[in-house]
Amino acid sequence: MADWDPSQPILEIDHLSISFFTRLREIPAVMDFSCTVMPGEAMGLVGESGCGKSTVALAVMRELGKTGRITGGSIRFKGRDLTTMGEEELRQIRGSEIAMIYQEPMASLNPAMKIGAQLAEVPMIHSGMGRAEAWRLARQIVADVRLPDPDRILNSYPHQLSGGQQQRIVIAMALMAKPALLILDEPTTALDVTVEAGIVDLVKDLAEKYGTSMLFISHNLGLVMDVCNRICVMYSGEAVETGNVAEVFDEMRHPYTQALFRSIPLPGADKNARPLISIPGNFPLPHERPQGCNFGPRCSYFQKGRCDAAEVPMVPVPGGDRHGTRCLRWDEIDWTAPPAARAVKEKAEIGPVVLRMEDLKKYYSVSGGAFGGGARKVVKANETLSFEAHEGETLAIVGESGCGKSTFAKVLMGLETATSGSIMLFDENVQSTPIQKRNTDTVSSVQMVFQNPFDTLNPSMTVGRQIIRALEIFKYGKTDAERQARMLELLDLVKLPRAFAERMPRQLSGGQKQRVGIARAFAGGAKVVVADEPVSALDVSVQAAVTDLLMDIQRENRTTLLFISHDLGIVRYLSDRVMVMYLGHVVEMGTTDQVFSPPYHPYTEALLSAVPIADTHVTRKRIVLEGDIPSAMNPPPGCPFQTRCRWKSQVPGGLCDREVPPVQVLEGGHQIKCHLSREVLEKMEPVIKIAAE
Amino acid sequence: MPAFIARRLGLMVLTAFVLTFVVFFLTNLPPNLEKLARSEGSVRMSDEAVASWIVQNGHGGSVFSRYGQWLGVVPGWTATDDKGVARGRCFAAGSDPAAAPRFCGVLQGDWGHSTFFKKPVLPALAGMLGATGWLMLWVMIVMVPSALVIGVVSGMREGSRTDRVLSTFSIASTATPEYVSGVILVALLASPVTGLSPLLAEWGWIEGKTLFLGAASPDNISFWSFTLPVMTIALYGIGYIARMTRASMTEVMTAQYIRTARLKGVSFAQVVLRHALRNALIAPFTVIMLQFPWLLNGVVIVETLFNYKGFGWTLVQAAGNNDINLLLGCSVVAVFVVLVTQLVSDIGYVFLNPRIRLS
Amino acid sequence: MDTLSYTAILGRILAQFLPVWIALAATFALSFAFRRRLGLYGKLFDSPVGMIGFGIVMFWVFTALFADQIVTFDPYAQFSGMKNKPLGTVLKGAAEGQYSHFLLGGDHLARDVFSRMVMGARSVLSIAPPATLFAFMVGITLGVPAGYFGGRLDTTLSFIANLVLAFPVILLFYLLVTPEIRLTGIPVAMAAVLFLFPILFLTVLLNARFFTDPAKRNLYVGVVLLLGFWAYSGLAFNSDPLGVWRMDPNLLNVFVSVVFVNAPTVFRIVRGIVMDLKARDYVAAGQTRGEGPWYIMLWEILPNARGPLIVDFCLRIGYTTILLGTLGFFGLGVAPDSPDWGSTIDDGRKTLALFPHAAVAPAIALMSLVLGLNLLADGLREESLRD
Repeated sequence: MADWDPSQPILEIDHLSISFFTRLREIPAVMDFSCTVMPGEAMGLVGESGCGKSTVALAVMRELGKTGRITGGSIRFKGRDLTTMGEEELRQIRGSEIAMIYQEPMASLNPAMKIGAQLAEVPMIHSGMGRAEAWRLARQIVADVRLPDPDRILNSYPHQLSGGQQQRIVIAMALMAKPALLILDEPTTALDVTVEAGIVDLVKDLAEKYGTSMLFISHNLGLVMDVCNRICVMYSGEAVETGNVAEVFDEMRHPYTQALFRSIPLPGADKNARPLISIPGNFPLPHERPQGCNFGPRCSYFQKGRCDAAEVPMVPVPGGDRHGTRCLRWDEIDWTAPPAARAVKEKAEIGPVVLRMEDLKKYYSVSGGAFGGGARKVVKANETLSFEAHEGETLAIVGESGCGKSTFAKVLMGLETATSGSIMLFDENVQSTPIQKRNTDTVSSVQMVFQNPFDTLNPSMTVGRQIIRALEIFKYGKTDAERQARMLELLDLVKLPRAFAERMPRQLSGGQKQRVGIARAFAGGAKVVVADEPVSALDVSVQAAVTDLLMDIQRENRTTLLFISHDLGIVRYLSDRVMVMYLGHVVEMGTTDQVFSPPYHPYTEALLSAVPIADTHVTRKRIVLEGDIPSAMNPPPGCPFQTRCRWKSQVPGGLCDREVPPVQVLEGGHQIKCHLSREVLEKMEPVIKIAAE
Repeated sequence: MPAFIARRLGLMVLTAFVLTFVVFFLTNLPPNLEKLARSEGSVRMSDEAVASWIVQNGHGGSVFSRYGQWLGVVPGWTATDDKGVARGRCFAAGSDPAAAPRFCGVLQGDWGHSTFFKKPVLPALAGMLGATGWLMLWVMIVMVPSALVIGVVSGMREGSRTDRVLSTFSIASTATPEYVSGVILVALLASPVTGLSPLLAEWGWIEGKTLFLGAASPDNISFWSFTLPVMTIALYGIGYIARMTRASMTEVMTAQYIRTARLKGVSFAQVVLRHALRNALIAPFTVIMLQFPWLLNGVVIVETLFNYKGFGWTLVQAAGNNDINLLLGCSVVAVFVVLVTQLVSDIGYVFLNPRIRLS
Repeated sequence: MDTLSYTAILGRILAQFLPVWIALAATFALSFAFRRRLGLYGKLFDSPVGMIGFGIVMFWVFTALFADQIVTFDPYAQFSGMKNKPLGTVLKGAAEGQYSHFLLGGDHLARDVFSRMVMGARSVLSIAPPATLFAFMVGITLGVPAGYFGGRLDTTLSFIANLVLAFPVILLFYLLVTPEIRLTGIPVAMAAVLFLFPILFLTVLLNARFFTDPAKRNLYVGVVLLLGFWAYSGLAFNSDPLGVWRMDPNLLNVFVSVVFVNAPTVFRIVRGIVMDLKARDYVAAGQTRGEGPWYIMLWEILPNARGPLIVDFCLRIGYTTILLGTLGFFGLGVAPDSPDWGSTIDDGRKTLALFPHAAVAPAIALMSLVLGLNLLADGLREESLRD
């Protein structure tokens, strides 16, 4: 390490190729990938799932498993080539010079070892530190990652901590040896947004404090903008564009990057006036990559005979800050031209009320102790929920884990019955009618689209059979032939080829499965559809297409859509009204504009601030909430949000600790459940400011 | 935690009552009693004589009351035969009924009289259990460590050559029930005409006719007499436990926290010893404990095969000779052993697993 | 004629198995050619372990099928002068057209060990797989609702399953498989209960799927009930009016006991899988469209549990084979001259030290069958976990 000086790159990946070898064939995962990370720099690696970004990270760690192999190129860390390094040398670098943080914090900690032992291990291995001293260091680092009561934490096991705390521990573990390079692989994907914001802040601060370089892997462009100064966009195993963040965001020079930005709901997008543009086609499977440019078949600037002739090399963009693109036509394309095909749609008419909930309460009774004994506790999953939804309207329900949105969906569907209150569906009270007792009409008119595309279809039944079954149950048609015909129509409706009827779900991509799920939900002509995070598990380019599909069907059928989501970007884009939930309470409700502009409920304010936005023109006020979301088993007294609220001091007399706040109805029917006085609410500033272009 | 143990104990007692009742019911079926009457009385007894013998010897009445008597919660039966001699459950013919206790069942320590051993069941059984205890001890000493080592070594590098060899061995050994491995081991190592022994005897390397002995006895525990029975029982268990350990170990080795440890720079040996082992051994612990019922099987087969007079041999004799009290005694012991190991396994699992212990 | 050498014995045995070799070759050639179209079964031919296991299992299946062609002598017949004779002994005074040698020697009653071993395959394979299948029917029919509904039903059924599992198997056999118990009619009562489960299972299965189309439902369920109760009357009560279905009381006793011992383990496995699968979204999707619980259990959940169940089915046939061998070894519930492997091992062990061949031959046969099943299960597990 003596012959390396800090003006040289920390990490220099040069024409790296990685393949996985199965019994049948070699699957190239990464091809001709180059990137450079300078000391103190944070490099963001973005792309959709399967693009090879995590493989690059694991290759730097030389942790490709038994089947993966580096087939070409080099990875230089401080001038030394990692690809040719022996096991023992590697072991000394791992953990001390390069450290890694992963997606699932719970899974990355050893369940049978105390936190302290897992942390102290690092300096004990790498610098031969004594046990006591290593524990002292661990204590100090735990304090550094802003965890309360470090001594207690060191002596606990991973399962005793919350998700956010676990991720802080994983970060602490990575920092124990003060590494020169930190690799973060989707470090916040498993966490709630408000917790994510805290982690992101922490990572940025600590990297600065210790002068660590970062390789930050994410699918979230907004997050990359928050954390990184450089970015590398990957598509199907290749880097397609690289440069500094501002340049790539504002002056992208690759069609894929452009298409990606046009398909994500940024502020200003609107489902009617400025709808998103989805990328046509599907992500190619590794062994089905096209000749020439991998993005060619989906690219609107594609030129036959040129783009599919030979492999496209990475070329520098003159005048940029180490800006490069893998496009043959980058200097021919007019990058400022507005997108050609942007169909402006008619705004749908909002009809009469179809669904009304009044003072709905759902309590669960659960046993307290771990072994069945102990007092029984009451979990208040939903607390006095009141709202109405109109025909043709999209009502978004926003909240993080434990806010009670899933319970609400179950009660509405009739899978659970409410503890009290009423649910009026077309003037019929279905509050205490479980689904078995509801008549077919009621059942078929309230349907659901599920979150996880890999779970929503029965893996051992053909697509057609699953839709036909729904038709049978909804008593559609008299003969099998009628149902068959209707099933094909439904496939048309969700824009899937009719041949898919014979396919098994495993032969479909995530987006296609989600479409089948939508077709199944609309099989009985549903009037109210509950969509539980229908696109959150999909890649951004597919999200836009599925969202648009939902909107189109809604417009045609005048369906009421209850859109459950934690993604405020998509909520702002498609919903007419928004309901924000926290720990079973509706804390704010109003039209989309009312909720997204002040006055806010303090929780909404924090939530808005926490969501990263991939737009350099947008500035957000940073509000980082302390601590984690309290458990629904053990909610705080008084206002549910009081433990994390930054406005609490503005309410006199400690009212927040004692009493659940009343619902204040502001102008335009905007409801906020807060003790703050009107004056304080009026004075709130907007969280998001869009700079004039 | 105490509530958990109390609940487990309660369930265990309930199970014990149900099981002993089932055993009592099945051993005291009318045909069994008739057979008993003919073997205790005379083979040529008339059907009426049999019926009266059954009543005279306290086997009449409802099965529940007889079960209660056997258990010791219902007063023992008394009867006076045609000669005017009073007899009863709790006293021998001719002795004073007044001096005898009212209750005499299992709970009072009276397990009845064995017709096969011609003595009370409890002492007979105790001696036999001691003999089997020695056998089991050696089986455990051989089986557990070797199975764990095989499982851990083959599981720590899944798919390697060592793994293949050891896995094949484990599969083969689980495919070999005791009566097969016993037969093959005896044919190979303890037969004067086949296998290794004739060769060794010819070369003059062994003094006797066979290398190992084909029979064992609790009075003479030696390497030469114990190796084959112990190996026969252990072999099946080794394969089974090793496969469980391997499965658990391979699962742990692919866990993310093992990757975390590797990427922290922990050496492979330390990854296995410090990070993987403890997590990997939680599952096999339960398996080893639940192996006991199966070991009982092995014990019965091996004791029959090697003519070792222990618990298993007694069970076979009791069943073969329609010795109802002895068979009941054996069943109680077997059920008790199984239930206790289940309890230990449950509690041990909780203690080994901090995730459950501290939640 | 002389006593055969070991090589000659081996050669002659291989020749005797000729029908098996032909059948095996045909099976493998066909399966290998179409393996890409045969689903999980086809994928088995990608795994060497699975293929070896499958080969061994099929070897014994074909041996059982062609046993009449393979045997060299009547397996029950005794031949003077052949008592305990070693391998390859010439049969003195062999009649015209009769086989000339005892390939694997004679047993203590002067019967041909080779023929008995071959015939033993038939008696084992005609009990073990059907008994396992019945155990699966019982285990699935009870395990699926226990896992799906949970609650008191689950507690009760699990308690009963644990009761059965707490018995050491041998003890249970000594209690359940006796001539005395046959007199009481308990085995028939158990059969009456256990044999009801397949009918119940199929009826519920078809009704849940076709209740939306009553005509079809009535046809399918009707056929199941008709055929089911016909077989049921014969198997459980030995009162089939047409005399097609019947079971020897001895055999019934053994069969019922083996099913009874295996069912609780299957129950536990099925219950565990169902508890895992019931949290899936497609189950919720079924519920939200108002599907009945039985449809969800049997058509949405059960098909997705098939991987682990098939693997366990193979393992369990092996285990059942071992159990049957144990019964034979203790002389429980089988005819005294039965050629099944367990009894022949028991017969042979009395002269084990001096004439081991009579016990070793069936021992190796039994071991190889179980080994084959275990390897097959391993191969299936490996392949079903892939992709």
